[in-house]
Amino acid sequence: MLHLILFLFFGTLCVAGAINLLAQSHPINSALSLIVVMASLAAEYLLLGAEFVAAVQVIVYAGAIMVLFIFVIMLLNAGKEERTKGSRIAILLGIPGTLLGAVLIAWTLLYHASGEAVPIGALPGGPQAIARLLFHEFLLPFEVTSILILIAIMGAVVLASRPEAIAKRHPDATPKAVPQLVAAGKER
Amino acid sequence: METIPLSYYLLLSGILFVCGVLGFLIKRNIITIFMSIELMLNGVNLSFVAFAAHWHMMGNLNALSGQVFVFFVMVVAAAEATVGLAIIIAVFRTRETLNVDQVNLLKL
Repeated sequence: MLHLILFLFFGTLCVAGAINLLAQSHPINSALSLIVVMASLAAEYLLLGAEFVAAVQVIVYAGAIMVLFIFVIMLLNAGKEERTKGSRIAILLGIPGTLLGAVLIAWTLLYHASGEAVPIGALPGGPQAIARLLFHEFLLPFEVTSILILIAIMGAVVLASRPEAIAKRHPDATPKAVPQLVAAGKER
Repeated sequence: METIPLSYYLLLSGILFVCGVLGFLIKRNIITIFMSIELMLNGVNLSFVAFAAHWHMMGNLNALSGQVFVFFVMVVAAAEATVGLAIIIAVFRTRETLNVDQVNLLKL
């Protein structure tokens, strides 16, 4: 019973954070509510017995990735977003269609699931069990992901290299001319 | 053993995924659109862990690989966030806007 109450509490927190992400117009507020979503999802993982996943969720997702997001928001000094009017037919068709689909899926899940249940706190999701699986059965995918991360780092460095560095290599070009140099293929 | 119906978890993960899709469609700020993608990935992760717990209870010995997949999703999300935010910085440097309606050319 206590588990069900905890599940409902953190689930409500999760959904409230997700809706707040949509409702806020300033990106920093959206980022903070996304952190709420991720932290309460970590609590849900703990309820399912997945301890290590919960820890990694907090450290990597709510920690590292969201810090990256907030860093970029502050670096670019992002302000409130401007609203543009959507098309009328999209609203007329989209909202009833979405509601219909959501009600259909919820009805199917709640009343036609044949008694599938999830045990609480019974899954051996500790670091030892995860590591045994990760370094035996999933060793090749693990190594491939390291290459993926390396490529992502190099891509980020290449994409975000500063225009001053480009300008230094072309001393005669004004700072405004750097995009033209990039477009002409003379620089990245 | 105390149990919770699997459908509750699937419903929660579905709600999170739909919130992500909605944000992707209605938001105009490119960073918020990125955060909506992260929200979608999180919804999928929850269903991975819930199904892992379910199949573990059913006696499937390989059920824990559902949790390992969450790690791979996290790695992909991290790589995607790094490259995506670098692209956002590059776009902002040339366009000086974060509104996706004004970024309508593939050319940098």
